Amino acid sequence: MTASLPDEDFFRRESGRLVSTLTRMLGVHHLALAEDAVQETLAAAVEVWAFRGVPENPSAWLTTAARNRAVSLLRRERTARRFAPEIVRLADAEGAPTESPVAHLPPALRDDELRMMFSCCHPDIPEDAQVALVLSLLSGFSAHELAEAFLVSRAAMEKRLSRAKKMLSGTRGLFELGARDFETRLVAVHRALYLLFNEGYHGASPDAAVRLDLCREAMRLVALLLAHPPAATPATHALAALMALDAARLPARVDEAGDLTELSRQDRSRWDGRLIARGLELLESSARGEVVSEYHLEAAIAATHALAPSAEKTSWGEIVELYDALLRLRPSPVVALNRAVAIAEQLGPERGLEALRSIPGTERLSAYPFYPAALGELELRCGRPADARRHFRAAHRLARNPAERTFLERRIAECERQLSSGSSPDATRPSSSKLSPRRTR
Amino acid sequence: MSEFLYLYRLPADSPNMPDSARNMQERLQKWTAWFKELEARGHLRTMGHPLESGGTVVGEGGRTVHDGPYAESKDIVLGYSVVQARDLAEARAAAGGCPILGYGGMVEVRPIRQM
Repeated sequence: MTASLPDEDFFRRESGRLVSTLTRMLGVHHLALAEDAVQETLAAAVEVWAFRGVPENPSAWLTTAARNRAVSLLRRERTARRFAPEIVRLADAEGAPTESPVAHLPPALRDDELRMMFSCCHPDIPEDAQVALVLSLLSGFSAHELAEAFLVSRAAMEKRLSRAKKMLSGTRGLFELGARDFETRLVAVHRALYLLFNEGYHGASPDAAVRLDLCREAMRLVALLLAHPPAATPATHALAALMALDAARLPARVDEAGDLTELSRQDRSRWDGRLIARGLELLESSARGEVVSEYHLEAAIAATHALAPSAEKTSWGEIVELYDALLRLRPSPVVALNRAVAIAEQLGPERGLEALRSIPGTERLSAYPFYPAALGELELRCGRPADARRHFRAAHRLARNPAERTFLERRIAECERQLSSGSSPDATRPSSSKLSPRRTR
Repeated sequence: MSEFLYLYRLPADSPNMPDSARNMQERLQKWTAWFKELEARGHLRTMGHPLESGGTVVGEGGRTVHDGPYAESKDIVLGYSVVQARDLAEARAAAGGCPILGYGGMVEVRPIRQM
């Protein structure tokens, strides 16, 4: 018995590991049973460990307990039937719980968790369901927590999850990946982890703790890819770099009152120096290959911010160029919006407004509060607070959470202050306030 | 000093199973911290044991009165501990921080008969 408590990711890690391992042992058609066995095992562990302390090797303890629990669940399920090969297989696995009979798979997929991750990202499963599935199966999130994180009803999240799990467990081919699928599926895995991180970083949930959890999980899962060489491609390194560099800014992103602080007004001394160093290191090792992925470009943008001593001293020209490259790779109005904001910093607000107005397909941004917010910000800087207020109000109507609303209310109040005092444009520049729009999707 | 038995009870129909990793992490942390505090204040005699939910109730002549974890109660007893305190009021106060209260459970505090 040890007195020490497991670290704070312990149950997430173990939950993902056990579900993945049991699913491999039982076959994917028993996914639900594997999940039940794991949940019951972990819940029992909490009770037993509360009284007796955490055992020397908690992972081994859990593996054995989960396997036993699965056997008894299977027996219960199969009493009516005669033969249960799964039971035999599980019983045979005694003593060799992690040995995997999948030597024909690409090495990275011999790891149970990676295989699960790759399976969750099957092209037949919609992207938002892939992310939910990863968080449910590999990170131990409940449907309730996911509903909160993604601002959907609990019933809607349960439906999304159960549909995706039905697909996963009903299609043998989904779980059985060949070497040929590896590369294409890795692209989908990157995408899902990227979305997962962004949901934490810019997401809709008003609960900062929930969002921080999402970021941490994205980083844990990407580290899992890095630890398995065939999955540790340059793009994987770039994605990990992007996460580290963005996460480095998290401590400065929310002020004492819990309100969002834009990039330009953040106290840069509160950025996490270790994460920045780690991110730069990862970015450097991502430069091995010939392919420049969107993650390379986004990580390079994040690195440029991380290395700038202040918003004013940021190499905006370089950032605009990186956004240009990103637009060529992934044309999207959100990327174009980010680029326009950078142009405003580089060449002034009037040029920024021009760039904003010439974005093709702005109607796709019609539900996106940062578009009118950016218009408002730049109008304000041009000394037109009445126009600015109109845009900020439009943005406020589109705001998706209290943090965004509070932020926009402060900007509206600033417009009103300027309108009533009739102050001149150059006195009004609110510390070169730059928006930090939601990351490009 | 008197001795008391703590019985950790949960209503049988309460959704007592933690359903997420975060939940479990929190529960284990809270229980561990609570036991530590009981010990630090000199209350803890024996930490006791968690109980399985299965079991049976045996009556006269060895016949089964009841299958299941409880006799006449609608509660599941999750476990028990033995504590010491000056009086019932103190034992009761010390039980107030038990994590089970946070998820629909309760602590039954019973003086142990001394004579």
